[in-house]
Amino acid sequence: MILFFILAALSVIFSLAVVFQRNPVHSAMALVATLFLVAVLFLTLDAPMVGFLQILVYAGAIMILFLFVIMLLNPEALERRRVFWWGLGSTAALVLIVEMAALLSAIPAREGRIAAVAEGFGSPEMLGRTLFRDFVLPFEIASVLLLVAIVGAVVLAKREL
Amino acid sequence: MIVELGIVAAKALLVIFMVLNLAGVMGWVERKGSALIQDRIGANRASVLGFAGLGLVNTLLADPIKFLMKEDFIPPRGDRLLHTLAPCLALFPALVTFAVIPFGDVLMVGEREINLQVANINVGILYIFAMASLSVYGIVIGAWASNNKFSLLGGVRGSAQMISYEVAMGLSVIGVLMVYGTLEPQQIVRSQGELLGGWLPAWGILLQPLAFVLFFTAAVAETKRIPFDLPEGESEIVAGFHTEYSGGKFLMFFAGEFAEMVTSAGLMTTLFFGGWQVPYLVRDGFHFPWGTIWLLPHLAVVLLQVGMFTLKVVFFCWLFVLLRWTLPRFRYDQVMRLGWKMLLPLALLNVMVTGVVIVVLHNGS
Repeated sequence: MILFFILAALSVIFSLAVVFQRNPVHSAMALVATLFLVAVLFLTLDAPMVGFLQILVYAGAIMILFLFVIMLLNPEALERRRVFWWGLGSTAALVLIVEMAALLSAIPAREGRIAAVAEGFGSPEMLGRTLFRDFVLPFEIASVLLLVAIVGAVVLAKREL
Repeated sequence: MIVELGIVAAKALLVIFMVLNLAGVMGWVERKGSALIQDRIGANRASVLGFAGLGLVNTLLADPIKFLMKEDFIPPRGDRLLHTLAPCLALFPALVTFAVIPFGDVLMVGEREINLQVANINVGILYIFAMASLSVYGIVIGAWASNNKFSLLGGVRGSAQMISYEVAMGLSVIGVLMVYGTLEPQQIVRSQGELLGGWLPAWGILLQPLAFVLFFTAAVAETKRIPFDLPEGESEIVAGFHTEYSGGKFLMFFAGEFAEMVTSAGLMTTLFFGGWQVPYLVRDGFHFPWGTIWLLPHLAVVLLQVGMFTLKVVFFCWLFVLLRWTLPRFRYDQVMRLGWKMLLPLALLNVMVTGVVIVVLHNGS
């Protein structure tokens, strides 16, 4: 429980740093730290598989691509129109807060202890069975969608191909 | 409770101690090995307190002292915080990955069973890849924080190369996971103790030879050593991502590379060469296929297994050094072509063929 609060507080601090840092590389590194801490939260919730996948995919691969793009483009050129972005960002944040409040108040308050996790919860066997037996069609549709997106990106980037 | 924690702490300390020391010794082996290959004598000048007798010990002492006494330079227009953070990010993943690599079977002390592995996670292989994917940050952040064109070029090269080869590396391991049917490193090693046809140990190299070739190539690329040392490329971009590093921080990058090498060697041993398995050695001694049985005390068996594991790891470390001093460096387009157009399709093919063979064998029996 103490561990949860420490982790939660740290991840809130780092996610605030993502927004308030001036330097885009510092922001990106703060986001990496946030994702890492959320992964540790998954570990404490008996879901090691999800936690490590979070590090592998988000903190490892996707954030490196973010950094790659930030380093290749000169980020100082994107510094203009601050007021507009502030307005847009605060509006989005407000909508999210209202939505979260509505959702959380809709969940009935739970009495006493939270139920213990089932045997084999979060194990690769269970995840695989759920993904490839119960949800195989959505899974395949999602992978085709990703393939279309990749092909589209290549076509857009290499017009003279 | 206290005893359990103490055991885990002792195992963690032992593993960190072994990895760091092996990394240090490898620094000396690299210098002496290069000298051997190039017909020189190599590293014999270090004399501590006027005593130059023991080459190994003196060089091991003198190298770090020299590094630590040097000026720690941070580029004035660079980023102080990230410049300092980067070497730590480079060293950290290499040191923690070894936590899930088993270095022995269980050790019995009285009634207590001690699993000779720091952390037994049921998704250990996933943990290894998660940590490996974090090792890119040291290079990228170090390169960017140096505010130097050559550093940045090295960092961009490094990140692209490591992401590319991570894909091939991950896919090549899938075949091994399919054969042994588990994500636990300790379980993979146990399965490799079985005998094929009654006499051939079921090591990964025999069941998945293609996967080993792919994994080995990708592992060399991940450690950024010749022939894949494009991020450093001293004849093109000065010293790449660590151009602006000196003193202790450079030492950390350097130690990180060697620790990564030791960890890769440990991984190859675990996945493809039977980990701590000694052929025909089971818990109570040797059981040879021709019927001879040598009974051994428990402690001797455990020591043999840990010794065998260390021997295999050291062998692969030596192979890395040998490769580095015999091969020329690739061109960058060749690195990308090898990764995406050869290793990746071959790894996919390996997964498919393995799947078909497993299905056929299961239906046949």
